[in-house]
Amino acid sequence: MSQPTYRVSHLDALEAESIFVMREVVAEFERPVLLFSGGKDSIVMLRLAEKAFAPARIPFPVMHVDTGHNFPEVLEFRDRRVAELGVQLVVASVPEALEAGLVRESPDGMRNRIQTPVLLDAVEKYRFDALFGGARRDEEKARAKERVFSFRDEFGQWDPKNQRPELWALYNGRVHAAESIRVFPLSNWTELDIWHYVARERVALPEIYFAHDREVVDRDGMLYAVNEHLPRRAGEESFVGRVRYRTVGDASCTAAVRSDADTIENVIAEVAATRITERGATRGDDKFSEAAMEDRKREGYF
Amino acid sequence: MDLLRFATAGSVDDGKSTLIGRLLYDSKSIFTDQLEAVEATSRSRGDEYTNLALLTDGLRAEREQGITIDVAYRYFATPRRKFIIADTPGHIQYTRNMVTGASTANLALILVDARKGMVEQSRRHAFLCSLLRVPHMVLCVNKMDLVDYAQEVFESIADEFSCFAMKLEAPDLAVIPISALHGDNIVTRSANMPWYDGPSLLHHLEHVHIASDRNLVDVRFPVQFVIRPQSTSVTDYRGYAGQVASGVMKPGDEVMVLPSGFTTRIAGIDTADGPVDEAYPPMSVTVRLEDELDVSRGDLICRPHNQPTVAQDVEAMLCWMDESRPMTVGGKYAIKHTTRAARAVVRQLHYRLDVNSLHRDESADSLRLNEIGRVRLRTTVPLLADEYRRNRTTGGFIVIDETTNRTVGAGMIVEAA
Repeated sequence: MSQPTYRVSHLDALEAESIFVMREVVAEFERPVLLFSGGKDSIVMLRLAEKAFAPARIPFPVMHVDTGHNFPEVLEFRDRRVAELGVQLVVASVPEALEAGLVRESPDGMRNRIQTPVLLDAVEKYRFDALFGGARRDEEKARAKERVFSFRDEFGQWDPKNQRPELWALYNGRVHAAESIRVFPLSNWTELDIWHYVARERVALPEIYFAHDREVVDRDGMLYAVNEHLPRRAGEESFVGRVRYRTVGDASCTAAVRSDADTIENVIAEVAATRITERGATRGDDKFSEAAMEDRKREGYF
Repeated sequence: MDLLRFATAGSVDDGKSTLIGRLLYDSKSIFTDQLEAVEATSRSRGDEYTNLALLTDGLRAEREQGITIDVAYRYFATPRRKFIIADTPGHIQYTRNMVTGASTANLALILVDARKGMVEQSRRHAFLCSLLRVPHMVLCVNKMDLVDYAQEVFESIADEFSCFAMKLEAPDLAVIPISALHGDNIVTRSANMPWYDGPSLLHHLEHVHIASDRNLVDVRFPVQFVIRPQSTSVTDYRGYAGQVASGVMKPGDEVMVLPSGFTTRIAGIDTADGPVDEAYPPMSVTVRLEDELDVSRGDLICRPHNQPTVAQDVEAMLCWMDESRPMTVGGKYAIKHTTRAARAVVRQLHYRLDVNSLHRDESADSLRLNEIGRVRLRTTVPLLADEYRRNRTTGGFIVIDETTNRTVGAGMIVEAA
């Protein structure tokens, strides 16, 4: 008989860590919520939540900060998934907030930044004390320094210079009233890990993650879909390209990439070979400055 | 493919950022847009070469001041392994960060400059890694190109460090001569040092044997959460969710639940993918027991003949991490140990340790930021504790200020009674 090796693959180790984090939150907080964007990371997070509490249902609601600029495929996917899991869906609506005067449309029409007050308003209204987010440290350099349990003051602000040390797997979730913790169970996952996990678990994703033909315009080297939220500018020529989305966010600031990857396996091969980060390739909102993400996070962004 | 977590310690001068940059670059983990951004920033600041430190220094304050303040996590993978780097600043005022990075590391990578040899900082890094019980240590003697790749220089540094490491009981040490700038012995063996017959750094990182670092002997299962579905489709289910800290658990095993001391057997071990025949670290599972016992978060499942100490008096090494208030004898704090919360009072500070000279100052009556000392604590409820040297999960705890809620200390249990 051979000696047992008790091997654990890197995906198993990452999964075990994420499940541990989610269980800690449910054990220690009164009102956790999972932030769901319809993107692959939040979909994987939802899958991990399902696994963490089986055979019981996911013991917290799911919140979508809806900018009103949605890909219809993503909304349809969200509603189907929520129904399958039997979880409560909370929608924090940017259009409603605009109507109520809580936020104002920015001149460029992008709604990324104005999501923050809408999110914080919902946190206050529902008194959420822990918010699961799908951010990964490999995405961006400010995120590379953020804790798994990331403290937010009563204004929802992140103070990067005043973070709690995080040792072993001993997460400090103590907060005073109105303060909260953002929890990032996918901190140690990379884009490629997510795709390998999607393949292994056969996690369903919205179709826009796979290659398809779409009418796009080339704007500053990025391919944006032509739709009601993103009208063509004067002089812009649209064309039909074979594209897919590497990230899914607000439809007015998320760009597609040229791709023929129409299956999970092809996407994995493409991601493994790519030389540009996913945010660099697809997010107009991160191009403003070296510290764009840090600045938004300080204000309370995801 | 398995997972290796390693911590790096050092300052910019040691070439640490260059080394990490090279590992990331050579494993194709740096992306074109990241490199372009760094090149542009370097140019605008008037740097003579592309400053790879800018890749890891992500915060505005770090960029402005040109220093690394915080632990940054970096990721790369080769076909053999996925790596997580906890990149920590090396100066003494960042001991806190180094302790944090080392707490989860399988391996610590320490750099010295071949021209300078071992300095105070190298000793401190080695000591902290041994205190945190990082199972593997690699000393990289960097900038070998600047000492003409001389074997004598390397060997004298290697000997001095090995002697020091032996005193620290560092379990596994490798020493590698490198030039991060030129890539000598990073990914492939260098033709410039034919006298060196060891592996390249990356080869070592890919092959160092970490599977047996886990404690597979002492069954320790801290209960995180009780799973009791409130549904009509699943009835009478009661499972104890947690992550196996150590040991191997199997259905049918006789187990004891602490602190109550009741014994029963494991009825089954569940995961969302179905039941499993055995569970071992770091698996997250749900354990069902044969008897209905009162088991809740903070309890621990072990074997009847191999138990942790159930203790309210704890001797520990404590690293203080709070800048605003020092730890004082008589001070009361909240602590988190495994999934268990307690309050504790500091009964005694035996000594404060100088992390550079290892001198013990027995007259000390407080610990300030980044200071380390041996303390005696009394806790409000018993801890289910092992010596940290035997079990990093059941031997480590954090100290929390009850007023500010900040994490103010990290403790490693030496003895519990």
